[in-house]
Amino acid sequence: MKSYLPPEFIVERREDRCIRCLTCVRQCGFETHVYDAEENSLLSREELCVGCLRCVTLCPTRALTVRTNPSESRPNANWTREHLRDVCRQAESGGVILTGSGNDKPIRSYWDHLFLNASQVTNPSIDPLREPMELRTYLGRKPDALEPGEGRARESECPNVRIETPLLFSAMSFGAISLQAMQSLARAASEYGTLFNTGEGGLPAELVDYGKVAIVQCASGRFGVNWEYLNNSAIVEIKIGQGAKPGIGGHLPGEKVLAKVAETRMIPVGTDALSPAPQHDIYSIEDLSMLIYALKEATSYRKPISVKIAAVHNAAAIASGMVRAGADMIVIDGIRGGTGAAPKLIRDHVGIPIELALAAVDTRLREEGIRNWASLVAAGGFRSAADVIKAIALGADAVYLGTAALVAMGCTICQKCYTGICNWGICTNRPELAKRLNPDVAARRLVKLLRGWSLDIKEILGGMGVNAIESLRGNRLQLRGVGLEEWELRVLGVKGAGE
Amino acid sequence: MKNLRSLNNPYRDDKVFEGCAIFALLNQAGRNVSGEPVFRAISNMRNRGNGLGGGFAVYGIYPEYAEHYALQVMFDDPLAREEVESYLKGRFEVADEEEVPTRKTQAVIHPPQVFRYFLKPRAGWMDDVTEDERVIRAVMDINIGIKDAFVFSSGKNMGVFKGVGHPETIAEYFRLDEYRGYLWTAHSRFPTNSRAWWGGAHPFSILDWTVIHNGEISSYGINRRYLEMHGYACTLETDTEVLAYIVDLLARRQRLPMSLVTKIMAPPLWEEIERMKEPERSELIKLRQIYSSLLVNGPFACVIAHHGEMIGLNDRIRLRPMTAGIGGENLYISSEEASIRLVCPELDEFWSPQGGDPIVGRVKPESPEIFEPARPEVSDEDRAGLKAGGRV
Repeated sequence: MKSYLPPEFIVERREDRCIRCLTCVRQCGFETHVYDAEENSLLSREELCVGCLRCVTLCPTRALTVRTNPSESRPNANWTREHLRDVCRQAESGGVILTGSGNDKPIRSYWDHLFLNASQVTNPSIDPLREPMELRTYLGRKPDALEPGEGRARESECPNVRIETPLLFSAMSFGAISLQAMQSLARAASEYGTLFNTGEGGLPAELVDYGKVAIVQCASGRFGVNWEYLNNSAIVEIKIGQGAKPGIGGHLPGEKVLAKVAETRMIPVGTDALSPAPQHDIYSIEDLSMLIYALKEATSYRKPISVKIAAVHNAAAIASGMVRAGADMIVIDGIRGGTGAAPKLIRDHVGIPIELALAAVDTRLREEGIRNWASLVAAGGFRSAADVIKAIALGADAVYLGTAALVAMGCTICQKCYTGICNWGICTNRPELAKRLNPDVAARRLVKLLRGWSLDIKEILGGMGVNAIESLRGNRLQLRGVGLEEWELRVLGVKGAGE
Repeated sequence: MKNLRSLNNPYRDDKVFEGCAIFALLNQAGRNVSGEPVFRAISNMRNRGNGLGGGFAVYGIYPEYAEHYALQVMFDDPLAREEVESYLKGRFEVADEEEVPTRKTQAVIHPPQVFRYFLKPRAGWMDDVTEDERVIRAVMDINIGIKDAFVFSSGKNMGVFKGVGHPETIAEYFRLDEYRGYLWTAHSRFPTNSRAWWGGAHPFSILDWTVIHNGEISSYGINRRYLEMHGYACTLETDTEVLAYIVDLLARRQRLPMSLVTKIMAPPLWEEIERMKEPERSELIKLRQIYSSLLVNGPFACVIAHHGEMIGLNDRIRLRPMTAGIGGENLYISSEEASIRLVCPELDEFWSPQGGDPIVGRVKPESPEIFEPARPEVSDEDRAGLKAGGRV
């Protein structure tokens, strides 16, 4: 069937610059560029281009430009280009449209409507270049008091994990991302004093030495989960849901389950790795509690147990139940959270923004007097240290960085993660592509990102006149809203600017 | 020329000075003394206040009712008094009540009525918790629930006297020259963040805990939310209030020694903790983990007092002045050295502590750290209350 889909991108090649080095041909895993040796000419099959800019970045003579296809049908505010395209794709495929990365719709970013405070006169701002500025954070359940009475958590039941900056790397599984990418995350986390997350695909044998800085996931497929895996970790995380695809599971197609992935996931080579939508031993809150305590037993109560959910409408009530079920850490993943593969409709329409969910959960846990019992981690589309610091002021102990970490390694958010082809060597397991990512370089870039954002956070703390991150955590008086409705301010628990 | 004292417009700060003055005197022998040196010392720092708030806490002033809670309550409206009295009489045995005596003072404008009640909780009302918890409940109920009424203080054998005016004016108005106490704290206020309202002056108090404070607590937002989680209602739109509640929560309800309470409010830096020896190191890590939301951040110098003990504390990087001196039986804490020298030119000891290093004064310096002269040995009833407790 002839496709009616016009190319999304057009590739322009300046003939006066092109030296026929064929870098573009070799670099494009989607095989957009074709060399005709007889004619000594280069062609671009633009319908294959995903706009990842790998060829543009690596072209030694800067001969290439890739841009959005300027061809336009009649403008229509209702039937946007994307709607037309999606109808066309489904009319041709008869299936669900898959995508990768996070929601790309212009959903209101509450971060952009929240503004931070600074000291003037009545309290002095502090210069972080000259004064100590503390970002150290402990993740895990805290007792209610130093010498607890009956009914309160004993200290031995409160293992805590130290991180030197409130930035964690988000769950990205081996299989979804390359070994090189995971290794880069692990090395950067280890060097900077924070944690990475294995996702649900197990911990590859090459990375067992990084167990100390690993949050290991136990998800519905239970891939790679055994005693050694659980105990070679900083934190064990039960994954219930993911911001990019609340309510649905995962599917790593058999062709991506190569030997190494199969070994790590503990499944036969070439079989589909299916993660069911629910965990089939968790159909209710008491089932969750049983799994939490099973994991605590398996780890001799030495690891905090985290539970991750997608930000959905009743996140506050659910989170409260999770804490009471024994979770030592709660992760809320908002609608802008990324994914290796998800149905586009789900990614773009299911769930709620992290800002509102985070504020609601923190408020609810405080109202119930149990905020101490669990750390609260926010995830889902943090783009800068400003987003992070606003999340901490709303009540987060730390945030997960997924997409930002990938971008630091080279990702341009082309959203083709689900294809198994990634020209940057990140979200692929094809050896010839994966080897493009040099863990020495990528780890260094990640460490620099952590450092840069940490410095940003310190600058803002200093400006506020506080010298420890805990004085900002949950301190919503340091935020003011602009352009928000009354109900939005109420949910966020912040005042309007000028109030 | 305008008489500045006749302007009741607290927000017309045409030039903002930042600063408050604090002064405290503890007779370490426990002898009741006149407050005269305190009045002189605090008025010597007049330029640190702006006349929009002055106040005193005095301990040891009601020996005839030493076993009764002395509730000093301010009323902006006589109707509020009726409501408070009917609230109190339903729940407490009131041994005595009177209007706090005042003297006509020119500089005092529109003073509210202040009454004091000596009382004990009645049997049958909230018997399952301690008397202290019941008094706190009453204070919270009045402050939140009854319009135009506000509890100045609620401890035994002590009282808070405060209002809008320079501290020496307030002392004159409340006839404080007629009282004798073994522990005096005084505050002169330069409000920046809250209205010039009588209840908003320092000291702030809950039970026999009082706090005077110079500074701005930048961590107020989270300190307050943490305290709210433990049942404290912060109603005063000011940051000092949280200091009183932090101390009440930690020292009284959770029974932590003051040495740990001060370490929670102004902990050493992580890099200092890392250099410490065990077990101190692990203990401080634990404190910072558990009580991170009670770190008091931003510039402050404060004096926290209760029966038998007075603690001066600076923020951990010492952004507000505070000095201490000992002369004879008296321990002094002051914002400025000059005020101490004024009332006690010959000091035996004199020092300015580092940030986060508390100045601890006790009536008997050798007495144990958890000092509770107003309380008998912990009774079974108290124990039951503590166990049930956690929440007011």
